[in-house]
Amino acid sequence: MTMPGGGARIEVRGVDVDFPIYHGNSRSLKRTVFAAASGRLQEDARHRIVVQAVRGANFSLGAGERLGLIGHNGAGKTTLLRTLAGIYEPAVGEVTVEGSVGALLDPNLGMNPEMTGRENIVLRGLMNGLPKPAIKRLEDDVQDFAELAEFLDLPMRFYSSGMIVRLGFALATAIRPQVLLMDEWFLAGDAAFMEKAKVRLEDMVRGAEILVLSSHNDQVVLDWCTRVIWMDRGRVKMDGAAADVMAAYRESAAG
Amino acid sequence: MRLQSNLDFAARQRQAVADLAGAAQLWRLALALGWFDIRLRYRGSVLGPFWLTLSTAVMVVALGVLYSALFKMELHDYLPFLALSLVLWTFLQTLVSDSCTCFLQAEGMVRSVRMPFSLYAARVLVRNVLTLAHNVVVIVAVWAWFDVWPGLAALGALPGLALWLVDGVAACLLLGALCARFRDIPPIVASLMQIAFFVSPIIWKPELLEPPQRALLPLNPFFTLLEVVRAPLLGAWPSSTVWASALGFSAVLVLAAWLLFVRVRGRLSFWV
Repeated sequence: MTMPGGGARIEVRGVDVDFPIYHGNSRSLKRTVFAAASGRLQEDARHRIVVQAVRGANFSLGAGERLGLIGHNGAGKTTLLRTLAGIYEPAVGEVTVEGSVGALLDPNLGMNPEMTGRENIVLRGLMNGLPKPAIKRLEDDVQDFAELAEFLDLPMRFYSSGMIVRLGFALATAIRPQVLLMDEWFLAGDAAFMEKAKVRLEDMVRGAEILVLSSHNDQVVLDWCTRVIWMDRGRVKMDGAAADVMAAYRESAAG
Repeated sequence: MRLQSNLDFAARQRQAVADLAGAAQLWRLALALGWFDIRLRYRGSVLGPFWLTLSTAVMVVALGVLYSALFKMELHDYLPFLALSLVLWTFLQTLVSDSCTCFLQAEGMVRSVRMPFSLYAARVLVRNVLTLAHNVVVIVAVWAWFDVWPGLAALGALPGLALWLVDGVAACLLLGALCARFRDIPPIVASLMQIAFFVSPIIWKPELLEPPQRALLPLNPFFTLLEVVRAPLLGAWPSSTVWASALGFSAVLVLAAWLLFVRVRGRLSFWV
């Protein structure tokens, strides 16, 4: 699917992502209608409460780069990942992603817990537009890697969280995206799995593809990433070589 | 993939077209999602999806016997009409109420992977068409029992069915988006559909109305949309007034859905 030195590229230019908050009553029509009746709809719309999840993000990534995103909870790491995955569209700015994208953002990955692992694999294959024989191969590959044995034919709600993680990871990496976006949840796997995951991931990244990983685990970031972006309250606070940024981040956390 | 902010209408429109084209390419996924929806609902049950058929059959027979007595009509005349009307109306009603949850129901998928939004509309459509296919058995059984067949005229229902599919996608995009943003809309839609059921000739025949009232029927979009499929299956061709009304209302629906979808498509993932 990917040629060596492939064309994967990420370009983020002046990106803001806002979350509109429609909490409680403001979500309901009642309030809007009421506001319109009293002539405040205009004002209401402009002064809509938003969470400024990402502010002025600017960076580009080329093939072979492995980027770590660090920062406190709520710094905007996951939102940035979702924006790169094309799930959230920016309020300001422009995001360009070239190459096929695989996103491991949600522990359930949009998988349906009522369906069996196998059915979820088929769905994932279809989501990627794979033909039938390729879906069969996908099933075999995932079955081997995830070591679910007979659980593969049980509904996923009977799975342990580790099993779900293994299945999700195996699926996302089996499809071999050129750009892999990953949130920290996959660290829920046990130690043996982590070792296996690392081998498989290394294998993937070697094909001159892009990894963007959000994590709180310093060691994982240092092991897997060549470059780190430190996010703070939605903004990029520091962007550079993994070791440098991690050192500065630790220092600030310690101080 | 390129995401830009502050696009003009033409650029957004191109994205909406790309969304529809993307969903069309993923037709196998839409089929699988719709089919899994039905299978999951009846997983572990003995009859499976044929519960749909059975419960429709029970409803048709019960209402048929009751109302043929109330309206003083021959069961032979009334039951084929009722079976057909109820099955078709159930399809329309469920389609409308499902379209409200079109995007909300897919929240998990919307938030974890980028998919064309019209894919979720296609899934709702597939699910409802499959349900209809199970219920058609009841209509055929009633026809066979009374030995009344519409004959070749039944083929005249095809253009109407095609119109339903187009309207179904439009309803999903329109109501799906509105209901994702305003959570008060689903109950409003549900009660409107309830009223539509009683004011439209579904369990009662249009001939029960006096001619002046009957002339007003084409103003009811639910009646005309039902009639373009129902009349041919009863062996008649709907009048041009009925067709004009059905097409007119559909055009308004499609236009409204398109304008809204073009406008809010990029915001849907924040709403669900």
